[in-house]
Amino acid sequence: MKKYSVFAVAREAMRHHTGWTRAWRDAAPKKRYDAIIIGAGGHGLATAYYLGKNFGITNVAILEKGWLGGGNTGRNTTIIRSNYLQDPSAAIFEKSRSLYETMSQDINYNVMFSPRGVIMLAQTEHEVRGYKRTAHANMLQGVKTEFVSPARVKELLPIINLDGPRYPVLGGLWQARGGTARHDAVAWGYARACSDMGMDVIQQCEVTGIRSEGGKVTGVSTSRGDIACDKLGIVVAGHSGQLAEMAGFRLPLESVALQALVSEPIKPCMDVVVMANTVHGYMSQSDKGEMVIGGGTDGYNNFTQRGAFQHIEETVRALIETFPMVSRLKMLRQWGGIVDMTGDRSPILSKTPVEGIFINSGWGTGGFKAIPGSGWGMAELMAKGHSPLTDAFGLERFSEGRFIDESVAAGVAH
Amino acid sequence: MLIVSCPCCGVTAEETEFHAHGEAHITRHAMDASDEQMETYLFMRKNPKGVHFERWRHQNGCGKWFHMARDTATLEVFGTYSAQTLAPPEDLLAEIDAKRPGWRDRA
Repeated sequence: MKKYSVFAVAREAMRHHTGWTRAWRDAAPKKRYDAIIIGAGGHGLATAYYLGKNFGITNVAILEKGWLGGGNTGRNTTIIRSNYLQDPSAAIFEKSRSLYETMSQDINYNVMFSPRGVIMLAQTEHEVRGYKRTAHANMLQGVKTEFVSPARVKELLPIINLDGPRYPVLGGLWQARGGTARHDAVAWGYARACSDMGMDVIQQCEVTGIRSEGGKVTGVSTSRGDIACDKLGIVVAGHSGQLAEMAGFRLPLESVALQALVSEPIKPCMDVVVMANTVHGYMSQSDKGEMVIGGGTDGYNNFTQRGAFQHIEETVRALIETFPMVSRLKMLRQWGGIVDMTGDRSPILSKTPVEGIFINSGWGTGGFKAIPGSGWGMAELMAKGHSPLTDAFGLERFSEGRFIDESVAAGVAH
Repeated sequence: MLIVSCPCCGVTAEETEFHAHGEAHITRHAMDASDEQMETYLFMRKNPKGVHFERWRHQNGCGKWFHMARDTATLEVFGTYSAQTLAPPEDLLAEIDAKRPGWRDRA
Protein backbone atom coordinates (compact mmCIF):
# COMPACT_ATOMS: atom_id res chain seq x y z
CA MET A 1 0.00 0.00 0.00
CA LYS A 2 1.30 3.40 -0.92
CA LYS A 3 1.13 5.98 1.83
CA TYR A 4 -1.14 8.93 1.16
CA SER A 5 0.61 12.24 1.79
CA VAL A 6 1.03 15.73 0.41
CA PHE A 7 4.06 14.43 -1.51
CA ALA A 8 1.99 11.65 -3.06
CA VAL A 9 -0.60 14.20 -4.19
CA ALA A 10 2.14 16.42 -5.65
CA ARG A 11 3.81 13.47 -7.38
CA GLU A 12 0.53 12.31 -8.91
CA ALA A 13 -0.35 15.84 -9.95
CA MET A 14 2.84 15.80 -12.07
CA ARG A 15 1.83 12.63 -13.90
CA HIS A 16 -1.90 13.10 -14.46
CA HIS A 17 -2.89 10.89 -11.51
CA THR A 18 -1.86 7.71 -13.29
CA GLY A 19 0.05 6.24 -10.34
CA TRP A 20 -2.73 5.70 -7.80
CA THR A 21 -3.21 2.04 -6.91
CA ARG A 22 -6.17 0.12 -5.51
CA ALA A 23 -6.92 1.08 -1.92
CA TRP A 24 -7.63 -2.51 -0.86
CA ARG A 25 -7.37 -5.99 -2.37
CA ASP A 26 -10.54 -7.65 -3.62
CA ALA A 27 -9.79 -10.96 -1.91
CA ALA A 28 -11.19 -14.45 -2.52
CA PRO A 29 -11.91 -16.55 0.57
CA LYS A 30 -9.24 -18.92 1.92
CA LYS A 31 -10.10 -22.25 3.55
CA ARG A 32 -9.40 -21.13 7.09
CA TYR A 33 -8.89 -18.00 9.21
CA ASP A 34 -8.08 -17.40 12.87
CA ALA A 35 -11.04 -15.03 13.04
CA ILE A 36 -13.93 -14.20 10.75
CA ILE A 37 -15.96 -11.02 11.05
CA ILE A 38 -19.39 -11.07 9.41
CA GLY A 39 -20.24 -7.60 8.12
CA ALA A 40 -17.89 -5.17 6.37
CA GLY A 41 -19.54 -2.05 7.68
CA GLY A 42 -17.84 0.40 9.98
CA HIS A 43 -18.16 -1.71 13.12
CA GLY A 44 -16.97 -4.94 11.48
CA LEU A 45 -14.00 -3.31 9.79
CA ALA A 46 -13.04 -1.42 12.96
CA THR A 47 -13.19 -4.69 14.91
CA ALA A 48 -10.87 -6.33 12.39
CA TYR A 49 -8.55 -3.32 12.35
CA TYR A 50 -8.07 -3.26 16.13
CA LEU A 51 -7.72 -7.07 16.23
CA GLY A 52 -4.70 -6.57 14.00
CA LYS A 53 -3.36 -3.33 15.44
CA ASN A 54 -3.83 -3.98 19.16
CA PHE A 55 -3.56 -7.76 19.34
CA GLY A 56 -1.51 -8.81 16.30
CA ILE A 57 -4.28 -11.11 14.96
CA THR A 58 -4.08 -10.57 11.21
CA ASN A 59 -5.25 -13.91 9.74
CA VAL A 60 -8.72 -12.42 9.54
CA ALA A 61 -11.50 -12.33 6.94
CA ILE A 62 -14.25 -9.75 6.86
CA LEU A 63 -17.27 -11.14 4.97
CA GLU A 64 -19.81 -8.83 3.37
CA LYS A 65 -23.11 -9.84 1.76
CA GLY A 66 -23.31 -6.72 -0.41
CA TRP A 67 -20.59 -4.14 -0.84
CA LEU A 68 -18.25 -2.48 1.59
CA GLY A 69 -20.02 0.02 3.83
CA GLY A 70 -23.26 -0.38 1.85
CA GLY A 71 -25.50 -0.84 4.86
CA ASN A 72 -26.07 1.61 7.67
CA THR A 73 -22.47 2.85 7.46
CA GLY A 74 -23.36 4.55 4.17
CA ARG A 75 -26.87 5.55 5.22
CA ASN A 76 -26.53 7.48 8.47
CA THR A 77 -26.35 11.21 9.18
CA THR A 78 -22.70 10.98 10.39
CA ILE A 79 -23.21 12.62 13.78
CA ILE A 80 -20.49 12.03 16.38
CA ARG A 81 -21.10 12.84 20.05
CA SER A 82 -20.65 11.22 23.44
CA ASN A 83 -23.03 13.10 25.76
CA TYR A 84 -24.69 10.01 27.23
CA LEU A 85 -26.11 9.71 30.72
CA GLN A 86 -24.99 6.26 31.88
CA ASP A 87 -21.33 5.58 32.73
CA PRO A 88 -20.79 2.54 30.45
CA SER A 89 -22.28 4.42 27.47
CA ALA A 90 -20.25 7.55 28.14
CA ALA A 91 -17.10 5.42 28.39
CA ILE A 92 -17.48 3.65 25.03
CA PHE A 93 -18.87 6.66 23.13
CA GLU A 94 -16.19 9.01 24.51
CA LYS A 95 -13.49 6.47 23.62
CA SER A 96 -15.00 6.42 20.16
CA ARG A 97 -15.15 10.19 19.81
CA SER A 98 -11.54 10.55 20.92
CA LEU A 99 -10.45 7.88 18.40
CA TYR A 100 -12.22 9.83 15.66
CA GLU A 101 -10.01 12.83 16.47
CA THR A 102 -6.86 10.98 15.41
CA MET A 103 -8.37 8.46 12.99
CA SER A 104 -7.22 10.14 9.78
CA GLN A 105 -3.58 10.08 10.98
CA ASP A 106 -3.92 6.59 12.46
CA ILE A 107 -5.20 4.88 9.30
CA ASN A 108 -3.61 7.33 6.81
CA TYR A 109 -6.96 8.06 5.23
CA ASN A 110 -8.80 11.37 5.44
CA VAL A 111 -12.13 10.66 7.15
CA MET A 112 -12.87 14.41 7.22
CA PHE A 113 -13.62 14.46 10.94
CA SER A 114 -15.13 17.86 11.63
CA PRO A 115 -15.42 18.66 15.36
CA ARG A 116 -17.93 21.42 14.71
CA GLY A 117 -19.94 20.87 17.89
CA VAL A 118 -23.31 19.25 18.59
CA ILE A 119 -26.20 21.09 20.22
CA MET A 120 -29.20 19.14 21.54
CA LEU A 121 -32.16 21.47 21.94
CA ALA A 122 -34.21 21.40 25.13
CA GLN A 123 -37.77 22.25 24.09
CA THR A 124 -39.75 21.14 27.14
CA GLU A 125 -39.22 21.57 30.89
CA HIS A 126 -38.55 17.83 31.10
CA GLU A 127 -35.80 18.08 28.55
CA VAL A 128 -34.23 21.02 30.39
CA ARG A 129 -34.07 18.94 33.56
CA GLY A 130 -32.91 15.87 31.64
CA TYR A 131 -30.08 17.65 29.85
CA LYS A 132 -28.92 19.44 33.01
CA ARG A 133 -28.70 16.02 34.61
CA THR A 134 -26.76 14.69 31.62
CA ALA A 135 -24.38 17.67 31.78
CA HIS A 136 -23.73 16.94 35.46
CA ALA A 137 -23.21 13.23 34.74
CA ASN A 138 -20.84 14.08 31.86
CA MET A 139 -18.81 16.30 34.18
CA LEU A 140 -18.24 13.34 36.49
CA GLN A 141 -17.45 11.07 33.52
CA GLY A 142 -14.87 13.49 32.11
CA VAL A 143 -16.94 14.21 28.98
CA LYS A 144 -16.92 17.91 28.24
CA THR A 145 -20.50 19.16 27.79
CA GLU A 146 -22.42 22.11 29.15
CA PHE A 147 -26.02 23.24 29.43
CA VAL A 148 -26.37 26.56 27.59
CA SER A 149 -28.99 29.32 27.54
CA PRO A 150 -31.35 30.12 24.65
CA ALA A 151 -29.24 33.22 23.89
CA ARG A 152 -26.15 31.03 23.43
CA VAL A 153 -28.19 28.64 21.25
CA LYS A 154 -29.14 31.59 19.02
CA GLU A 155 -25.46 32.60 18.85
CA LEU A 156 -24.48 29.09 17.73
CA LEU A 157 -27.46 28.74 15.38
CA PRO A 158 -28.43 32.09 13.85
CA ILE A 159 -31.07 30.44 11.64
CA ILE A 160 -33.05 29.11 14.60
CA ASN A 161 -36.48 30.37 15.66
CA LEU A 162 -36.32 30.27 19.48
CA ASP A 163 -39.97 30.94 20.24
CA GLY A 164 -41.77 28.37 18.12
CA PRO A 165 -45.45 28.17 19.01
CA ARG A 166 -45.42 24.53 20.04
CA TYR A 167 -41.89 23.94 21.25
CA PRO A 168 -39.95 27.06 22.26
CA VAL A 169 -36.22 26.55 22.76
CA LEU A 170 -35.47 26.67 26.50
CA GLY A 171 -31.78 25.86 26.30
CA GLY A 172 -29.49 23.19 24.95
CA LEU A 173 -26.88 20.57 25.76
CA TRP A 174 -23.73 21.65 23.96
CA GLN A 175 -20.84 19.34 23.21
CA ALA A 176 -18.23 21.48 21.49
CA ARG A 177 -16.02 18.50 20.57
CA GLY A 178 -18.75 16.51 18.85
CA GLY A 179 -19.22 16.80 15.11
CA THR A 180 -19.38 14.80 11.91
CA ALA A 181 -17.14 12.69 9.66
CA ARG A 182 -17.34 11.31 6.14
CA HIS A 183 -19.10 7.96 6.66
CA ASP A 184 -17.90 6.21 3.48
CA ALA A 185 -14.32 7.26 4.19
CA VAL A 186 -14.48 5.57 7.59
CA ALA A 187 -15.37 2.25 5.92
CA TRP A 188 -12.91 2.71 3.05
CA GLY A 189 -10.09 3.82 5.33
CA TYR A 190 -10.49 0.89 7.71
CA ALA A 191 -10.79 -1.53 4.75
CA ARG A 192 -7.56 -0.17 3.29
CA ALA A 193 -5.77 -0.45 6.64
CA CYS A 194 -7.09 -4.01 7.22
CA SER A 195 -6.10 -5.08 3.72
CA ASP A 196 -2.65 -3.61 4.29
CA MET A 197 -2.25 -5.79 7.39
CA GLY A 198 -2.95 -8.86 5.22
CA MET A 199 -6.61 -9.30 6.10
CA ASP A 200 -9.12 -10.34 3.44
CA VAL A 201 -12.08 -8.04 2.83
CA ILE A 202 -14.47 -10.31 0.89
CA GLN A 203 -17.48 -8.68 -0.73
CA GLN A 204 -20.48 -10.41 -2.34
CA CYS A 205 -20.08 -13.24 0.17
CA GLU A 206 -23.27 -13.97 2.07
CA VAL A 207 -23.15 -16.16 5.16
CA THR A 208 -25.79 -18.89 4.82
CA GLY A 209 -24.98 -21.01 7.84
CA ILE A 210 -22.85 -21.13 10.98
CA ARG A 211 -21.22 -24.44 11.87
CA SER A 212 -20.33 -25.52 15.40
CA GLU A 213 -19.23 -28.73 17.14
CA GLY A 214 -19.68 -29.49 20.81
CA GLY A 215 -20.87 -25.97 21.51
CA LYS A 216 -17.84 -24.41 19.82
CA VAL A 217 -17.81 -22.59 16.51
CA THR A 218 -15.92 -24.29 13.65
CA GLY A 219 -16.74 -22.08 10.68
CA VAL A 220 -19.32 -20.60 8.36
CA SER A 221 -21.02 -21.65 5.13
CA THR A 222 -21.20 -18.87 2.58
CA SER A 223 -22.35 -18.23 -0.95
CA ARG A 224 -18.66 -18.61 -1.88
CA GLY A 225 -18.03 -21.89 -0.04
CA ASP A 226 -17.29 -23.10 3.47
CA ILE A 227 -14.71 -21.26 5.56
CA ALA A 228 -13.29 -22.53 8.85
CA CYS A 229 -12.44 -20.28 11.79
CA ASP A 230 -11.59 -20.34 15.50
CA LYS A 231 -13.44 -17.18 16.37
CA LEU A 232 -16.43 -15.54 14.76
CA GLY A 233 -17.68 -12.01 15.22
CA ILE A 234 -21.25 -11.17 14.11
CA VAL A 235 -21.34 -7.44 13.39
CA VAL A 236 -24.29 -6.90 11.06
CA ALA A 237 -26.89 -4.52 12.57
CA GLY A 238 -30.37 -5.22 11.15
CA HIS A 239 -29.86 -8.90 10.33
CA SER A 240 -28.26 -9.88 13.67
CA GLY A 241 -31.30 -11.96 14.58
CA GLN A 242 -31.10 -14.02 11.37
CA LEU A 243 -27.43 -14.84 12.00
CA ALA A 244 -28.05 -15.63 15.66
CA GLU A 245 -30.75 -18.06 14.55
CA MET A 246 -28.20 -19.79 12.27
CA ALA A 247 -25.95 -20.18 15.31
CA GLY A 248 -28.84 -21.40 17.46
CA PHE A 249 -29.45 -18.62 19.95
CA ARG A 250 -31.85 -15.70 20.33
CA LEU A 251 -31.36 -11.98 20.67
CA PRO A 252 -33.52 -9.34 22.36
CA LEU A 253 -33.71 -7.25 19.20
CA GLU A 254 -36.27 -5.77 16.84
CA SER A 255 -35.36 -4.39 13.41
CA VAL A 256 -36.99 -1.18 12.22
CA ALA A 257 -36.45 1.31 9.43
CA LEU A 258 -34.77 4.64 10.08
CA GLN A 259 -34.87 7.29 7.36
CA ALA A 260 -32.81 10.29 6.39
CA LEU A 261 -32.96 12.88 3.64
CA VAL A 262 -30.87 15.67 2.16
CA SER A 263 -31.82 18.98 0.63
CA GLU A 264 -30.41 20.70 -2.42
CA PRO A 265 -27.01 22.26 -1.70
CA ILE A 266 -27.12 25.81 -0.37
CA LYS A 267 -24.54 28.31 0.88
CA PRO A 268 -23.15 27.77 4.40
CA CYS A 269 -25.82 28.65 6.94
CA MET A 270 -25.21 26.38 9.92
CA ASP A 271 -21.81 25.27 11.18
CA VAL A 272 -22.90 22.99 14.04
CA VAL A 273 -24.95 19.81 14.30
CA VAL A 274 -28.38 20.36 15.83
CA MET A 275 -30.65 17.74 17.36
CA ALA A 276 -34.23 18.38 18.42
CA ASN A 277 -35.31 15.23 20.23
CA THR A 278 -38.76 16.38 21.30
CA VAL A 279 -39.84 16.73 17.70
CA HIS A 280 -37.64 13.87 16.42
CA GLY A 281 -35.44 15.76 14.02
CA TYR A 282 -31.76 16.45 13.59
CA MET A 283 -29.86 18.39 11.00
CA SER A 284 -26.39 19.36 9.87
CA GLN A 285 -24.94 20.92 6.75
CA SER A 286 -22.60 18.77 4.69
CA ASP A 287 -19.42 20.03 3.05
CA LYS A 288 -21.32 20.05 -0.25
CA GLY A 289 -23.89 22.41 1.28
CA GLU A 290 -26.79 19.96 1.56
CA MET A 291 -28.83 20.03 4.74
CA VAL A 292 -28.65 16.46 6.06
CA ILE A 293 -31.81 15.63 7.98
CA GLY A 294 -32.70 12.60 10.07
CA GLY A 295 -35.80 11.71 12.00
CA GLY A 296 -37.24 9.01 14.22
CA THR A 297 -37.73 5.36 13.36
CA ASP A 298 -40.83 3.96 11.72
CA GLY A 299 -43.13 2.29 14.17
CA TYR A 300 -43.09 -1.32 13.01
CA ASN A 301 -40.68 -4.16 12.26
CA ASN A 302 -39.28 -3.73 8.78
CA PHE A 303 -36.47 -5.21 6.68
CA THR A 304 -37.03 -3.29 3.45
CA GLN A 305 -34.50 -0.42 3.82
CA ARG A 306 -37.24 2.07 3.05
CA GLY A 307 -39.62 3.83 5.35
CA ALA A 308 -43.04 5.39 5.28
CA PHE A 309 -43.48 8.84 3.81
CA GLN A 310 -45.42 10.24 6.75
CA HIS A 311 -42.35 9.97 8.99
CA ILE A 312 -40.37 12.15 6.60
CA GLU A 313 -43.28 14.57 6.65
CA GLU A 314 -43.37 14.58 10.46
CA THR A 315 -39.66 15.27 10.67
CA VAL A 316 -39.70 18.09 8.15
CA ARG A 317 -42.85 19.60 9.64
CA ALA A 318 -41.20 19.74 13.05
CA LEU A 319 -37.97 21.21 11.70
CA ILE A 320 -39.81 23.94 9.78
CA GLU A 321 -41.18 25.27 13.04
CA THR A 322 -37.74 25.57 14.61
CA PHE A 323 -35.88 26.40 11.36
CA PRO A 324 -38.33 28.37 9.15
CA MET A 325 -35.80 28.67 6.29
CA VAL A 326 -36.02 24.90 5.71
CA SER A 327 -39.49 25.46 4.25
CA ARG A 328 -37.91 27.03 1.15
CA LEU A 329 -35.63 24.06 0.44
CA LYS A 330 -36.21 21.32 -2.10
CA MET A 331 -35.34 17.86 -0.87
CA LEU A 332 -33.05 15.86 -3.14
CA ARG A 333 -32.92 12.33 -1.82
CA GLN A 334 -34.45 10.18 0.86
CA TRP A 335 -33.37 6.72 1.95
CA GLY A 336 -33.73 4.22 4.79
CA GLY A 337 -31.65 1.73 6.70
CA ILE A 338 -32.54 -1.15 9.01
CA VAL A 339 -31.49 -0.62 12.61
CA ASP A 340 -31.65 -3.18 15.41
CA MET A 341 -33.17 -1.91 18.64
CA THR A 342 -32.73 -3.42 22.11
CA GLY A 343 -35.12 -2.99 25.01
CA ASP A 344 -32.85 -0.53 26.84
CA ARG A 345 -31.65 1.21 23.65
CA SER A 346 -28.04 0.28 24.44
CA PRO A 347 -25.91 -2.01 22.27
CA ILE A 348 -24.97 -5.64 22.80
CA LEU A 349 -21.25 -6.46 22.76
CA SER A 350 -21.08 -9.92 24.14
CA LYS A 351 -19.99 -13.52 24.21
CA THR A 352 -22.78 -15.84 23.13
CA PRO A 353 -23.99 -19.31 24.16
CA VAL A 354 -21.76 -20.75 21.40
CA GLU A 355 -18.07 -20.70 22.37
CA GLY A 356 -16.01 -18.60 19.99
CA ILE A 357 -18.94 -16.57 18.66
CA PHE A 358 -19.12 -12.95 19.68
CA ILE A 359 -21.84 -10.50 18.82
CA ASN A 360 -21.80 -6.75 18.30
CA SER A 361 -25.29 -5.44 17.60
CA GLY A 362 -28.19 -3.38 18.88
CA TRP A 363 -26.65 0.02 18.17
CA GLY A 364 -30.11 1.18 17.16
CA THR A 365 -30.18 4.63 15.66
CA GLY A 366 -26.75 5.71 16.91
CA GLY A 367 -24.11 3.36 15.53
CA PHE A 368 -21.95 5.59 13.37
CA LYS A 369 -20.55 7.67 16.22
CA ALA A 370 -19.53 4.47 17.99
CA ILE A 371 -17.59 2.80 15.18
CA PRO A 372 -13.98 3.13 16.45
CA GLY A 373 -14.86 2.64 20.12
CA SER A 374 -17.05 -0.35 19.32
CA GLY A 375 -14.28 -1.89 17.19
CA TRP A 376 -11.70 -1.23 19.91
CA GLY A 377 -13.83 -2.92 22.59
CA MET A 378 -15.06 -5.75 20.36
CA ALA A 379 -11.48 -6.59 19.30
CA GLU A 380 -10.40 -6.79 22.93
CA LEU A 381 -13.46 -8.91 23.74
CA MET A 382 -12.66 -11.32 20.90
CA ALA A 383 -8.94 -11.48 21.69
CA LYS A 384 -9.05 -11.66 25.48
CA GLY A 385 -12.59 -12.73 26.34
CA HIS A 386 -13.45 -9.49 28.11
CA SER A 387 -12.94 -5.76 27.80
CA PRO A 388 -13.54 -2.92 30.26
CA LEU A 389 -15.35 -1.08 27.45
CA THR A 390 -17.80 -3.88 26.70
CA ASP A 391 -18.27 -5.79 29.99
CA ALA A 392 -21.44 -3.89 30.90
CA PHE A 393 -23.00 -4.53 27.46
CA GLY A 394 -23.28 -8.35 27.77
CA LEU A 395 -26.36 -10.32 26.75
CA GLU A 396 -26.88 -11.48 30.35
CA ARG A 397 -27.96 -7.99 31.39
CA PHE A 398 -31.47 -8.66 30.10
CA SER A 399 -32.11 -11.68 32.33
CA GLU A 400 -30.32 -10.02 35.26
CA GLY A 401 -32.29 -6.78 34.91
CA ARG A 402 -29.03 -4.79 34.81
CA PHE A 403 -29.96 -2.37 32.03
CA ILE A 404 -28.01 0.54 30.62
CA ASP A 405 -31.09 2.60 30.16
CA GLU A 406 -30.50 5.23 27.51
CA SER A 407 -34.05 5.15 26.13
CA VAL A 408 -35.15 7.65 28.77
CA ALA A 409 -31.92 9.59 28.80
CA ALA A 410 -31.43 10.09 25.10
CA GLY A 411 -34.99 10.12 23.79
CA VAL A 412 -35.44 8.84 20.29
CA ALA A 413 -32.61 10.38 18.37
CA HIS A 414 -29.76 8.22 19.57
CA MET B 1 -47.77 3.05 3.07
CA LEU B 2 -49.75 0.15 4.52
CA ILE B 3 -53.48 -0.10 3.87
CA VAL B 4 -55.13 -1.59 6.94
CA SER B 5 -58.64 -2.86 7.64
CA CYS B 6 -59.75 -2.61 11.25
CA PRO B 7 -61.58 -5.83 12.23
CA CYS B 8 -63.29 -4.00 15.07
CA CYS B 9 -65.06 -1.16 13.20
CA GLY B 10 -64.60 -2.30 9.61
CA VAL B 11 -62.86 0.85 8.39
CA THR B 12 -60.14 0.47 5.75
CA ALA B 13 -57.58 3.26 5.94
CA GLU B 14 -53.91 4.04 5.47
CA GLU B 15 -51.44 3.36 8.25
CA THR B 16 -51.44 6.90 9.66
CA GLU B 17 -54.76 6.08 11.33
CA PHE B 18 -53.20 3.16 13.14
CA HIS B 19 -50.29 2.55 15.48
CA ALA B 20 -48.12 -0.57 15.69
CA HIS B 21 -47.35 -2.02 19.11
CA GLY B 22 -45.03 -4.92 18.42
CA GLU B 23 -45.17 -8.69 18.38
CA ALA B 24 -48.46 -10.43 19.17
CA HIS B 25 -49.21 -13.64 21.07
CA ILE B 26 -46.49 -13.13 23.68
CA THR B 27 -47.00 -15.31 26.74
CA ARG B 28 -47.20 -13.40 29.98
CA HIS B 29 -46.26 -15.80 32.75
CA ALA B 30 -47.67 -15.91 36.25
CA MET B 31 -45.98 -14.54 39.38
CA ASP B 32 -43.83 -17.66 39.79
CA ALA B 33 -42.14 -17.14 36.40
CA SER B 34 -38.45 -17.98 36.10
CA ASP B 35 -35.86 -15.35 35.16
CA GLU B 36 -35.67 -16.81 31.67
CA GLN B 37 -39.45 -16.64 31.23
CA MET B 38 -39.48 -13.03 32.35
CA GLU B 39 -36.59 -12.21 29.99
CA THR B 40 -38.46 -13.85 27.13
CA TYR B 41 -41.67 -12.03 27.97
CA LEU B 42 -40.02 -8.63 28.33
CA PHE B 43 -37.24 -8.61 25.73
CA MET B 44 -36.93 -11.62 23.43
CA ARG B 45 -38.66 -11.03 20.11
CA LYS B 46 -38.98 -13.23 17.05
CA ASN B 47 -38.16 -10.31 14.74
CA PRO B 48 -38.60 -12.43 11.59
CA LYS B 49 -37.61 -11.34 8.11
CA GLY B 50 -40.92 -12.45 6.66
CA VAL B 51 -44.28 -13.29 8.20
CA HIS B 52 -44.88 -11.41 11.45
CA PHE B 53 -47.93 -11.39 13.73
CA GLU B 54 -48.29 -8.12 15.58
CA ARG B 55 -50.54 -5.97 17.72
CA TRP B 56 -52.00 -2.77 16.32
CA ARG B 57 -54.41 -0.15 17.61
CA HIS B 58 -56.87 1.90 15.58
CA GLN B 59 -55.52 5.02 17.24
CA ASN B 60 -57.22 7.72 15.17
CA GLY B 61 -60.42 5.73 14.72
CA CYS B 62 -62.40 3.41 16.95
CA GLY B 63 -59.50 3.16 19.41
CA LYS B 64 -59.66 -0.63 19.64
CA TRP B 65 -56.80 -3.13 19.58
CA PHE B 66 -56.46 -5.86 16.99
CA HIS B 67 -53.90 -8.23 15.48
CA MET B 68 -52.29 -8.17 12.03
CA ALA B 69 -50.29 -10.61 9.92
CA ARG B 70 -47.73 -8.81 7.79
CA ASP B 71 -44.55 -9.57 5.83
CA THR B 72 -41.63 -7.51 7.19
CA ALA B 73 -39.58 -8.15 4.03
CA THR B 74 -42.20 -6.90 1.54
CA LEU B 75 -44.60 -4.93 3.79
CA GLU B 76 -47.54 -6.96 2.43
CA VAL B 77 -50.48 -7.06 4.83
CA PHE B 78 -52.01 -10.56 4.87
CA GLY B 79 -54.94 -9.65 7.05
CA THR B 80 -56.18 -8.49 10.43
CA TYR B 81 -58.04 -10.36 13.16
CA SER B 82 -59.43 -9.99 16.64
CA ALA B 83 -57.14 -9.28 19.58
CA GLN B 84 -59.23 -11.65 21.72
CA THR B 85 -57.34 -14.75 20.64
CA LEU B 86 -54.16 -16.63 21.52
CA ALA B 87 -53.24 -17.67 17.95
CA PRO B 88 -53.85 -16.50 14.38
CA PRO B 89 -57.05 -17.85 12.76
CA GLU B 90 -56.75 -20.95 10.54
CA ASP B 91 -58.09 -19.31 7.37
CA LEU B 92 -55.47 -16.55 7.62
CA LEU B 93 -52.71 -19.14 8.17
CA ALA B 94 -53.96 -21.02 5.10
CA GLU B 95 -53.79 -17.81 3.05
CA ILE B 96 -50.23 -17.18 4.24
CA ASP B 97 -49.29 -20.82 3.41
CA ALA B 98 -50.54 -20.25 -0.12
CA LYS B 99 -48.61 -16.99 -0.55
CA ARG B 100 -45.43 -18.03 1.27
CA PRO B 101 -45.01 -21.80 0.76
CA GLY B 102 -42.70 -23.31 3.35
CA TRP B 103 -42.74 -20.34 5.75
CA ARG B 104 -42.42 -21.11 9.43
CA ASP B 105 -42.88 -19.13 12.59
CA ARG B 106 -39.58 -18.48 14.37
CA ALA B 107 -39.25 -20.10 17.78
